[in-house]
Amino acid sequence: MTTTLEAEEVSGRKTGFRQVVAHVRADRWASASAIVIIVFAVAALFAPVLTLITGQNPYTYHLNALNDSGAPVGFGGGISATHWFGVEPLTGRDLFSIVLYGARTSLGVGISATILAVAVGVLVGLTAGFIGGWYDRIVSRVIDVMFGFPSLVFMISLTAIVAATFPRPVLIVLVIGFFGWPAVARVVRGQTLSLRERNFVTASTAMGAGSWHVLIRQLLPNVSATIIVYTTILIPSMIGIEAALSFLGVGVPPPTPSWGRSIGDAIAWVQTDPFYLVFPGGALFLITLAFNGLGDGLRDALDPRSRGSRARTSRTGRSRSSRARMRGARS
Amino acid sequence: MVRFIAYRLLGMLIVLLVIAAITYIVFYLLPTNPARLSCGKPCTPENLQRVKEFMGYDSPWYAQFWDFLRGIVFGRTYGSGADAIVCPGPCFGYSFRLNDTVTNLILTRFPVTASIAVGAAVVWLLFGVAGGVIAALKRGTAIDRGVMGVAIAGVSAPSYLVGLLAILLFGFTLGWLPTGGYVPFTQNPLEWFTHLILPWCTLAFISGAIYARLTRGQMIEAMGEDYIRTARAKGLRESTVVFRHGLRNALIPVVTIFGLDLGALLGGAVISEKIFSMQGLGALLLDAVASLDLPVVVGFTIFSAFLIVFANFVVDLIYGVLDPRVKVRT
Repeated sequence: MTTTLEAEEVSGRKTGFRQVVAHVRADRWASASAIVIIVFAVAALFAPVLTLITGQNPYTYHLNALNDSGAPVGFGGGISATHWFGVEPLTGRDLFSIVLYGARTSLGVGISATILAVAVGVLVGLTAGFIGGWYDRIVSRVIDVMFGFPSLVFMISLTAIVAATFPRPVLIVLVIGFFGWPAVARVVRGQTLSLRERNFVTASTAMGAGSWHVLIRQLLPNVSATIIVYTTILIPSMIGIEAALSFLGVGVPPPTPSWGRSIGDAIAWVQTDPFYLVFPGGALFLITLAFNGLGDGLRDALDPRSRGSRARTSRTGRSRSSRARMRGARS
Repeated sequence: MVRFIAYRLLGMLIVLLVIAAITYIVFYLLPTNPARLSCGKPCTPENLQRVKEFMGYDSPWYAQFWDFLRGIVFGRTYGSGADAIVCPGPCFGYSFRLNDTVTNLILTRFPVTASIAVGAAVVWLLFGVAGGVIAALKRGTAIDRGVMGVAIAGVSAPSYLVGLLAILLFGFTLGWLPTGGYVPFTQNPLEWFTHLILPWCTLAFISGAIYARLTRGQMIEAMGEDYIRTARAKGLRESTVVFRHGLRNALIPVVTIFGLDLGALLGGAVISEKIFSMQGLGALLLDAVASLDLPVVVGFTIFSAFLIVFANFVVDLIYGVLDPRVKVRT
């Protein structure tokens, strides 16, 4: 009985995995975005192998590739057969390796922080919407307070007081992820609130299903579409925040490569060596664009707007919160 | 309406209090040696001694926090006798490194950040909403695709990348605009303006993109509602239908994020200030973090929280004007 109801829900929405894939494949932009993401992911995973081709790494100094003022010698910031993207000014480190390893930092931090934010957000949102009462009121107030937090200011400030012995990448993931969950929780809560009143939940409870079963087997599958869209939209903003923090000099510490820090360093060289800005900047722009493009495509495929009364909650929730995420970090 | 405002004010105060408490706990109670951190870098022994005395180490944390809160409203005096430092209210703390009150430091930097933020906000609101409305009305045409193409690029581009490329193009290559720095309005209004064009346009490009996307979505939805058909059926002019009935409803979520964005930006356009080398609030924060000047960091965090919460409050009031249902509900 339960399964029939569930199946009906899913088929009625046409949001089965296969339909989504078909929809994304039919959408030129979304499929191009997906390919870009895959390319970046592969490049990040196999960075050590790929840099073997040119025999470079992101840490070795090549002072002979620089002139007396520290600028790279040759066209495009020293582009050559061994240094595909040229070299870094002042140190002569291979920019191709730096960008490749930077993808590891960006994607690693971005995806970990997103997983943290989504996991906490879904757990809090589902339980708040389902249990309701005083618990829901407290959660809603906490979310309000979180939105009032100057998150970028707080993130920057935190780096000042946390002991230097605490591993920075972990700190960044924790801090960025921590400020990400309220956005997810708010939307999931809104959807759960309206789902809770639906017949299939009542039926399930009437048949003696426990709260846990209703939460995991009945409600979670129905908010999964929103969660997927949200995850895709959150990743680029998390990547953006990591890059912004590194750009400001409070992100992952050197010598770990990071696109944001390279762009920050490029400020001083923008006139003499613009290519130092172009490669890490282009990489950051491309991956963000790709995730946004895929997010748009997925949202069209799984659009919660087309689903009657629930749309209202999720829509306002989304516009508010997905922006709240980006707010400070883009200024 | 009075009850509505009073209710919102109370909520705002509570949120602020909670944020202040969390900030205070995180920054003054978690570090192993807050006195050392408050002293700043470089920390002279005299300064360290002063900090220890002034922080009132012997009193329990809630007493310290209470003193801090009282200071925000009434001001406070650090130390006693000849060495005493008076910090008039609103006192957000005292920087022993810069020998100045945090309130003073914030006030001297605020005009820079406010110039960037307010100007940029005007530009992005105009262009973003206009772009969104046009795209929505011309839905599916080349104009729509063009506007949305620019918008998704704007959403995905980090502000520092756009800013640096703009400096490279308009500053260095073409030489039309200054590459950075800030000139006070009172000193030279024209210079003030030319120095701000690039920061405004950079911020407006990335933020306006979000507003265009949001406005378009909201507008398409609003124009599909029954009351639009009713308005058309009444024989109203198309412009009245679009602006009075469509846009007014579409703008509600836009107002929400606009308030929050402006509030956050006023609390330090950290990234833009770094790109365009302007000494605003963001630069103050980055300096304070680099030199471990804890009172500035804490005072600043609470100050910017205040701006965001206050912006939220203003947004709630504007809601009342835009959407009469809000008043009915409370």
